[in-house]
Amino acid sequence: MDVVIVVLAGVALIGLIVWYFWLWKPGGVSAGITSGGIQEAFIVVKGGYSPDTIRVEAGRPVRLVFNRQEADPCSEKVVLDAFGVSADLPEGDNVPVEFIPGQPGEYEFACQMGMLRGKVVVS
Amino acid sequence: MERVNQLTEQGAVAGRDPVCDMTVGANALTLDGFSGVGFCSEHCRRAFRAAPDWYLEGTVGGADPVDRTPADTGGGPSGIGHQAETINLSVSGMSCASCVVTIERALKSTPGVLDAQVNFAAEEAKVEVDAVPVEVLTAAIEAAGYQARVIDGQPDEDAEQAARIRLYRKLLRKFAFAALVALPVIYFSYPELFPGIPEKGSTALDLIWGAMALLTLPVLAWSGSQFFTGAWAAFKHRSANMNTLVAIGISAAWLYSTVALLFPSLIPEERLRDVFYDVTAVVTALVVLGSALEIKARARTSEALKKLIGLQAKTARLIRNGVEVEVPIEDVMVGDIVVVRPGEKIPVDGEVVSGASAVDESMVTGEPIPVEKRQGAPVIGATINKTGLFRFRATRVGRDTMLSQIIRMVRDAQGSKAPIQRTVDKVAGYFVPSVMIIAVLTFMAWYVFGPAPALLYAVITAVTVLVIACPCALGLATPTSLMVGIGKGAEAGILIKSGDALETAHRIDTVVLDKTGTVTRGEPSLTDVVVMGTFSETDILAMAASAETGSEHPLGEAIVGGARARGIEPVEPDHFEAVPGHGIEATVDGRRVVLGNLKFMADRGVAAGPAEEVLERLSDDGKTAMLVGVDGRLAGIVAVADTTKPDSVAAIGRMHALGLEVVMLTGDNVRTAQAIARQVGIDRVFAEVLPEDKATQIKLLQAEGKIVAMVGDGINDAPALAQADVGMAMGTGTDVAMETGDVTLVKGSLTGIVTAIELSKATIRNVRQNLVGAFAYNTLGIPVAAGMLYPFFGVLLSPLIAGAAMAFSSVTVVSNANRLRRWRPSLVKEAA
Repeated sequence: MDVVIVVLAGVALIGLIVWYFWLWKPGGVSAGITSGGIQEAFIVVKGGYSPDTIRVEAGRPVRLVFNRQEADPCSEKVVLDAFGVSADLPEGDNVPVEFIPGQPGEYEFACQMGMLRGKVVVS
Repeated sequence: MERVNQLTEQGAVAGRDPVCDMTVGANALTLDGFSGVGFCSEHCRRAFRAAPDWYLEGTVGGADPVDRTPADTGGGPSGIGHQAETINLSVSGMSCASCVVTIERALKSTPGVLDAQVNFAAEEAKVEVDAVPVEVLTAAIEAAGYQARVIDGQPDEDAEQAARIRLYRKLLRKFAFAALVALPVIYFSYPELFPGIPEKGSTALDLIWGAMALLTLPVLAWSGSQFFTGAWAAFKHRSANMNTLVAIGISAAWLYSTVALLFPSLIPEERLRDVFYDVTAVVTALVVLGSALEIKARARTSEALKKLIGLQAKTARLIRNGVEVEVPIEDVMVGDIVVVRPGEKIPVDGEVVSGASAVDESMVTGEPIPVEKRQGAPVIGATINKTGLFRFRATRVGRDTMLSQIIRMVRDAQGSKAPIQRTVDKVAGYFVPSVMIIAVLTFMAWYVFGPAPALLYAVITAVTVLVIACPCALGLATPTSLMVGIGKGAEAGILIKSGDALETAHRIDTVVLDKTGTVTRGEPSLTDVVVMGTFSETDILAMAASAETGSEHPLGEAIVGGARARGIEPVEPDHFEAVPGHGIEATVDGRRVVLGNLKFMADRGVAAGPAEEVLERLSDDGKTAMLVGVDGRLAGIVAVADTTKPDSVAAIGRMHALGLEVVMLTGDNVRTAQAIARQVGIDRVFAEVLPEDKATQIKLLQAEGKIVAMVGDGINDAPALAQADVGMAMGTGTDVAMETGDVTLVKGSLTGIVTAIELSKATIRNVRQNLVGAFAYNTLGIPVAAGMLYPFFGVLLSPLIAGAAMAFSSVTVVSNANRLRRWRPSLVKEAA
């Protein structure tokens, strides 16, 4: 009996892990537009990127302002590989990263080790 | 009030806090008299109350205060007459990141403030002002609801470094505490092993174990707190990392032990009532120690960049109004005359106007031999003046200096990803949840199929799986090696623009060299003086050079330069006439001197028949020969050619030794091209290639299946550099075309190509070692931890050993990357 319970609970737990970490798709937020016509979003870096999905329009300059609020060195750099930009994030500083998205699509950004991830959805 | 209504409408529609611009909902704080306006926090409400007009105006006008230029914030233009200065303030009272925005806005709206940056963690504000008293700034911050005071002295340049050291020390303290607790816990955990421990099942031992439960609680709560906060932060982002695994592992061990101790009835079999407080304490201690060591090792990976930053001079000695004054480096402007004494650092880039010296440029170009500088020579900021005193005019200052550009480039390159890492990244995204699933499967397998006591084995093996898995080793493998490799390149005068370039460079099998300026110096110099009559070699050269002093043709300059180099000072000719495309005629010391080709000699009545054979030989060698006639008779021949750089032969020899095919590309005629190729030992020559066809030639080579590196000066060869798999731009002195090419060789020497390829090979080898190590560790470690060896050998891995292995696997990866710091170009190694 207890074997059945453990197996069922185990399978359920695995299902939960798969759903929670892999299957769930974040909604994301749209970047605001400044008076200068720049699409701007403020991203807090703490164990991850909040928000971690930023929606922007193609062809318009984008400014992502990162603010790292932890001492963990894992997140000290953010790399936007697809746009060829990266930035060091001193703890507490607002660090703007600017680029112009070309083609619509989903572009990942991550810490240097690829553990923390976010994406820019260009439409 | 009209303005308020507008704001209210806007605020209601946008649902944003007017102070920090954060989105606020129905539960936002409000302020009497400002209906419809919501605030995210008490701070924002207080800031708004302090200066509602300002926030209203800012919102109503639609202007984003962050984007305001100095002009619209009321600040005067910075520049001549207005000295912008930076004031550092210590700010207290900030509770959230939105406070940063609030304070920055308050500062930027103050007239005279050019820029303001607030650092939440350091609790500091850096304000750039144009003649604004400090009191005005502190008042502005206080009006926004915070406290501020001025910080004396320079801002802490190494704040990041200091933060790292703080974190390192904190982790060491956490380790010390956990280790201290671990010692008695280990002792009392094994009554079968150690003497003097009450019997298992006795009340005395239960009491001791109870004390251990309490003692290990602060180990979890303090020493291991970062695992829990890190895991929770990641969990909220639907991701998991090393913290997640460690946090689950150590808390599972603690929880199981405590349940077994407090509620023995839940665990019927007495054998199962064991405790694992040792796992909690020891694993925490080891992983914390591992993190501390990793931080220390990682700091070393960026040492090369720090060294470059440290090269910058702090002050400069300028001549202003005829007086020598020492000023901070930031105050040096283009056009300033800078004085440099022997032994001093050259503060910025410039051009020597007077004096002469030898300058050690090794820190920027990698060239170990000091370079002679005299009037007109370019000097590079951050290099060291060795012997003489000189003055130079500043040509590039601030972020335009070569050093600043190099620093930016190195930093960008270190932040880029190598293609190999993109694969690793994909794996990393699935790694931790996969380990969690394996842990669950392990638990299930041991519970269902394992020997008795099954529950005990299931818990132990699941915890061991969680603890041994090391995503960090995998994640750190590539970037740390890349950081060190790119830094090493910069030290050797090789600027690698991206991880892509670094990775591709190790696969290069063909190097295409542009002839002019790459293999050769790019300017003609005197090569031969042939005596054909009664005059001596010196006389011929003296007359030819004197005749050419008035000439502005590069060939003429080469003859004059060649004569001077041989100690002959040309004299002014009395009469000078140039016939473009043919030659010149001049009167030197009363003699009629003609210089030119065969036709010109015939025109001027100089019989030059016997010279034809010599002319052909010189031409075969790719040289340009000119006949010299004196008083109507042939005196001799002078020849000039674009000569090869002194180290070209050696460098091409090294490329061959590395197994590379070397190809030369040139617009010159076949004869000249082959003459140069013979001199330096080049295998293949593409001559008479039009500039626009260079890229096509590269394409043809690539069609042969070759991985091609194109080496050029970066200006004329841009399309070919772009077409090549790796484009290498040669710098010459200060004119470094950094924008073109994937790799810039600061010192315009071919040996840099060899060094770049060697470095790429060494770095990629290091990356592979790291990746293979990290993958092997995890793919072997996890199954062993899950107990795969148990059915065959009866061996089970202790979670304590798993913790130790995990803690040191990432340290090992970073230390291996740091081994690259000892890498040196083969050329340097041989010289040493």
